[in-house]
This record gives sequence, structure tokens and C-alpha cells, in this order.
Amino acid sequence: MAVHHGRGFACINYPIGMNLGGDPSQALVHSTPDGKFMVTLSSIDLGQGMKSVTRQIASETLGVPVEDVYVDTADSDTGPHCMGSFASRGTHRVGNAVIRAATEARQQLLEAAAEELEVSAADLDTDGAGNIHVKGAPGRSITVADTAIAAQFKQGRTLSGRGIFLIPPSEADPDTGEMTPVSCFAHAALVVDLEVDDETGVVEVKEINSAYEVGRALNPKLVEQQLIGGAWMGVSHALYETTEPYYPDREHGPQDFNHYLMPGPAEVVTHNIAVLERPAEDAPYGGKGPGEMCANPVLPAIANAVYNAVGVRCDTLPITPEKILRGLRENGGAKPQGRR
Amino acid sequence: MEKTALNFTLNGAETGVFVDAGANLLDVLRRGVGDQTPKYGCGQGSCGACSVLIDGELHLSCLTLAETVAGKSVETTAGLAGGPELHALQKAFIDGFAAQCGYCTPGMLMAARALLDSNPNPSRDDVAEAISGNICRCTGYEPIIDAILAAASGSGRRFG
Ligand code: FES
Ligand code: FES
Repeated sequence: MAVHHGRGFACINYPIGMNLGGDPSQALVHSTPDGKFMVTLSSIDLGQGMKSVTRQIASETLGVPVEDVYVDTADSDTGPHCMGSFASRGTHRVGNAVIRAATEARQQLLEAAAEELEVSAADLDTDGAGNIHVKGAPGRSITVADTAIAAQFKQGRTLSGRGIFLIPPSEADPDTGEMTPVSCFAHAALVVDLEVDDETGVVEVKEINSAYEVGRALNPKLVEQQLIGGAWMGVSHALYETTEPYYPDREHGPQDFNHYLMPGPAEVVTHNIAVLERPAEDAPYGGKGPGEMCANPVLPAIANAVYNAVGVRCDTLPITPEKILRGLRENGGAKPQGRR
Repeated sequence: MEKTALNFTLNGAETGVFVDAGANLLDVLRRGVGDQTPKYGCGQGSCGACSVLIDGELHLSCLTLAETVAGKSVETTAGLAGGPELHALQKAFIDGFAAQCGYCTPGMLMAARALLDSNPNPSRDDVAEAISGNICRCTGYEPIIDAILAAASGSGRRFG
């Protein structure tokens, strides 16, 4: 009876978003009379940072301070259509829609400023700090706030924009089966070190070392937050979580938090993360979105590490002590695979 | 159903509310008094989202009979900040990106507050134990533990 160390590796090529008859999201942007901008979405922020990231994207595109941008989400009565927050699609799809809406609003902002300054809109630029000036002549300027006031009360003009981003439906070629369901991929590679007790079948994950490629990390702290929390959920799915009963009877299945197992604060695994940035061409400022894919590589890496430790190949999740013990019995004991 | 008057102190303020016999404290706080900072996660004592302090001690409000707090002092996350000035724990949670969806956060803050009140210099294990009754689905716990340690060491800004 012994505790065996195992190491497992997995890597993933993760498609951002999905494509079942097309994958669209929309955004609307409008200015308030005092020169703040409202981004209206019906995309939901579940805590993954949609509001922060779309706010940054809108501010960057409009050329106004991030403090002057407000994001209103999650009301499908007042916001334009969004397919939803899943498949790591939010940053990519909604971000692109926001860029388009903000580009249109920026154009109107510059036209309104041009009328006030009596110049051509093409000659104007923003300084990102709330001012619009003539290119090469920063002294000839007007504030965004004054422009919005003039547009509203003098010119009778809206400063607003509409945006949609659509990945169109991709039909499979009837002859070859070829199709292009996805335009953008994120990547990850992950090594898990763990221990398997061959007497109890209990697995203890010791350390995770990972590299995630997420395009440009638009908000590095939010990316890190997603990766830490997502990988934790990967561990949880690999070893604990199931709605199925552990034993033959349905009534042994988990009914509540007391029986639906998840690792707690005492089982936090050391996780060293390297974030690689390879901006994607069709992504908003290059950001792909780390969402769902941060959990995915953890599961196969753990399954491989368990095999490496004791030679038991579990092909159903979660990898419970019971499954490991059954495997050990079938194999006539632990068969450590060693390091290669 | 007949209601009875219940008087207690909520975050330092005298509070009176009429409650149904057998009502739980979480319901009374959220619907009776309108303090929605304690969250309903499970209603059976296994998630910690409803955690509050009663006379300084950590309790699960979903399992507390409302009438038992008569004359006592109840503290919730709504009372953590002193006016516009956030509590050190709140600052540390923000600076440490210790909340995602935020549903567990009020419970985590109250569990952390109870810990730091009794043990201002906790170890990492002390913190993990103090929040072991609180479930978080999003963060993987590590940022929460780091934030509580940062608040304890007075370096609530170290992530900034
Ligand atoms: S709601 Fe009280 S412990 Fe879950
Ligand atoms: S932040 Fe979502 S449950 Fe903890």
C-alpha cells in the first residue's frame, strides 16, 4: 500500500463561440447630454468581466475616458439581441459589436464637434481625456461634454451607434464535409502533478503548471481571475462533481450542497500560470476570451496523471476513489508508469 | 398568520419589524427589513451565503429563528463600510479581484470579519478554516484567502 506520484499533460485548441445557424451579438451606444456614453447590451455578466471589458473596448474606440462609459447589461427588454454568455464568446462577439457601435457613435461625435469648430470631421481627433482637437493643433479643441451639449440642444443631433457582429452560418460542403464553423481559437497546455493513494483511491492534486494563450489579455487581472477560478472548476469536475449516484441507486445521488462534492478552501491547489498573448486578427483589440476553456485542459491532464501514477485509465468523470480502486483490482494492483 | 413584533439592532440601528411565527432571520432581513446583502444560497446551512454576525458571532441566518435575535445586535455586510469609507476587507476583496459573480461575497466578508475580530493575525490555514463553511463557485478560493490575509496584514492595497 503506497502513495504514488503521477504527472499528466494535456493541451487544447479551443474554438471561441459556436456556430449553429450563425452566431450574432449586438450593441447600442449613445451619449447622454453631458457627454458620457452608455453601452446597451443584453449580454449577461455572470462575473466573468463582460461589463469591464466592453467598457474598456467602448472607451478605446470612442476615444473617451473609461470613467465616462457606462455599460447596461442583461435586460433583453431594453438591450439588443445577444446569443448569450457561453462558449467563451462574450469578449469576442460582443466586443466586436461594441467596436462597431462605438465607431459609428464616434463618427457622429466628431461631426458634431466639427460643426462647432467649423472644420472638417476628418481633421479631428480625440485625446482620450475628454477633448476633441484639430489634428496637429491641440489648441483648437472642444470638450466631449460641450460637443454633446451642442449636439443635443443646438444641432438636434444624436451621438449614437449601432453594432452587430455575426459569425455567419457555415454549411458543410456536401462532397468533402469541409466547413468553417469557427474563426478564432484559444490554446492552453497544462501539466498536473498529483498523488494517488492505492489503498483509499483518493487523489490529491499537488500542483498545476499551465500556459494559456488568450489573444491579447484586455484586462490582465480579470484574465488571471478567470484562469485561477476556471482551473479550480476543472479540478472539481475531474475529481468530484456529478449529479449521478456513486452507487447503483438513484437515491444515492447528490441532492444538495452536502452531497454534491466540490473542493473547498482547504484544497486549493498551487497553480502557476503563464499567459501568452497572440492577438487574433478578427478579435476586438486581439482579445479572445478565456471563459470556458480555462477549465477544459485540467480534466484530461488529471486523467493522464492518474494513469501515470497507478496505471488505471478512467474514461468516465469524475474520477472517484471507487473507480480507481476498481481499476486497481482489475489490474492486480498499482502499475506506476514512470516518468518519460 | 399572526405576526409578532421583533426589535433588534441592525448594523447599529434600532430596528423593528413584524414577523411571522417561525420566520427565519434571512427572510426577515431580506424581505422584512430590506437588507439584501445576506444571500439565499441553499436555505439549509450548507453554503454560507447568508452568514451574519449575531452579538459578534458568526451565524447562518437561514437557520436562525428570527425571534431569537430579539434585543440582540445583528451585523451584515451592509454595515461593513463606515459611510463612504470601505472596510479593509472590502478594499482587499476589490484590490485582490476576490469576487466574480459576487454571490458568495457577503457571506465570505462576514466569515472573514468574524475571524479577524477574534484573530487579527491569522495563518493561511486559519483563513481557509474560517471560510470552510462558505461555498464559492467562481474564484477557486485562492484570491479570497489572499484578500483576507492582505486585509489582516493591513496591506489591503498590495494588489493595486
Ligand atoms: S442560505 Fe444559509 S447556508 Fe446557504
Ligand atoms: S464569486 Fe461567485 S460564488 Fe464566489
